[in-house]
Amino acid sequence: MNPIDPEKTNRIAITSLWISALSIILILLYIIFYVFQRGFPVIGIDFLLGWPSNNWLEGGILPAIVGTLLLGVVALLFAVPIGVGASIYLSEFTKEGKLTKLIRTGADSLNAVPSIVFGLFGLTLFLFYLNMKPCLLIAGLTLGFMILPTIMRTSEIAIRAVPVPDKEGSYALGATKLQTIRRIVLPSALPGIVTGVILGFGRAVGETAPIIWLISFWPANLPSSPLEPCNALTVVMYFLISEAQNPLFIQRAFGIALILLLMILISNYITRTLNNYLTRNIRR
Amino acid sequence: MVKGVSINSENVVRGALLLFAMTAVLILSLIFVFLLREGLPLFAKVSPIDFIFGTRWEPSKGVFGAFNFIAGSILVTAGGLIIAIPLGLSCAIFLSEVAPRWARNMVRPAIELLAGIPSIVYAAIAVAVLIPFVQYDLGNLIRGEVFRVGEGIFAVSLTLAIMVLPIIISVSLDSMESVPRAFKEGSFALGSTQWQTIRRITLPTALPGIVAGSILGMGRLVGETIVVILVYGNAKHITSTLFGAKSTGETLTAAILLEMSYVPVGSTWHSALFSLGIILLITVFILSLISNYLLSKSRVKL
Repeated sequence: MNPIDPEKTNRIAITSLWISALSIILILLYIIFYVFQRGFPVIGIDFLLGWPSNNWLEGGILPAIVGTLLLGVVALLFAVPIGVGASIYLSEFTKEGKLTKLIRTGADSLNAVPSIVFGLFGLTLFLFYLNMKPCLLIAGLTLGFMILPTIMRTSEIAIRAVPVPDKEGSYALGATKLQTIRRIVLPSALPGIVTGVILGFGRAVGETAPIIWLISFWPANLPSSPLEPCNALTVVMYFLISEAQNPLFIQRAFGIALILLLMILISNYITRTLNNYLTRNIRR
Repeated sequence: MVKGVSINSENVVRGALLLFAMTAVLILSLIFVFLLREGLPLFAKVSPIDFIFGTRWEPSKGVFGAFNFIAGSILVTAGGLIIAIPLGLSCAIFLSEVAPRWARNMVRPAIELLAGIPSIVYAAIAVAVLIPFVQYDLGNLIRGEVFRVGEGIFAVSLTLAIMVLPIIISVSLDSMESVPRAFKEGSFALGSTQWQTIRRITLPTALPGIVAGSILGMGRLVGETIVVILVYGNAKHITSTLFGAKSTGETLTAAILLEMSYVPVGSTWHSALFSLGIILLITVFILSLISNYLLSKSRVKL
């Protein structure tokens, strides 16, 4: 004899599961709604394409938008070739052993390193040891170090998902390993690799802590070479929130928040579409 | 396989790719070496015991006790997890066992989006909404007058919990979905209700993955900087209440970011900040090893 009716417990448990899941959705919807509500009135042509004045407190934020996009590009230029190369090595050129275990543990641990520690690393390596000045190149590279594990992992999953018969067919026709990788493996793995690239880009543009010492906050600047200082949306937003008591500055911060949110929404949409394409391809 | 002794292109590519594959290991080692090189000189002046357990942090007097920062990091992490684990776990159970298809299709992308939002955006919302709410509304509700500050452990835990939810949900969900159907069907065939099956079969089987997800989330929270700086209040004492002025505090990450710009390179203060980084790195490293071990033990496979 059960003192508690299992049917009743079941009903209570399932109901509370519904409630908690729905509350998470509500929180999320509220977050998105709030950012749109506060950010939308700020955004306009002047805000997006104008130059800032008075320490970013007035005017547009064009240099920060351009800076953020450039930082993402520099990070990808470093992390994509190396990450994809590493994943080709892990999946096509070697057997599982001590070395691959070391590489995987290294990548997993690098993935766990807090972003502020990447900031310390970039600061030490570039500013203290190499005597460089804060600029687009070093901030972008620091972000590149950070997203390398993400690119490695997603590309490896994509490359391992390439069907073995496809590769065997290529070898049977007399293709070498390099030809097979170039003509068969990489093209079929491309959507998966691009997914990882977008994920990495999203992570790079959203980070504040690792680049805070490597970015110039003011003056606003459009870098004409990688060795010139650049601005970033997140860092400008951080200063707007932390320095300013005026609600107008918070309002501007939400304008930037909305731009960041839209970037993430667009990249999520692209990854989703690519993933659907990928799964459809595998089924066929 | 017989190959000529001459250099062939495949071996060149193999070598180059091996180099690429070792890059992550190289960066990780350099991070360790640089942090130790910059941080260890501190211990010529301050003993490790004083550094870890000292509660006074007065750089001008050469006193570097990091205990309050360590306590701050532990408290915000614990606070975030206490809120996020029950909520995340129930959401994962819902998605894997209860939800109808349409609900699953709606929540999944929402969670992905939640995972992609930069922490600075969460911090902005906390500053604009949560902190005033705690200070005025909760203050009036709980104490009958407004709190002196809205920043503190309550607001920061809530913000961090929302940030870490996607990680806990997705890792728990993966491991619950990999529990074999036959286990659950056997339980149903014996007349169990859905909840009994979840509690006795699905959850115990998926436990290593769930724990791994929580530890992964723990690592993320220990390392979070921006939210903590903007919402925890940056006060150099140990948090002792849930609300009000005494609920504020400062974490390892916040101390590093806030003080690094003022510090002369090569000073003891400089070394002390890098030593905070060493503590942070070692903590996160251990958490990551445990989490990966548990994930490899659980049924979750890539």
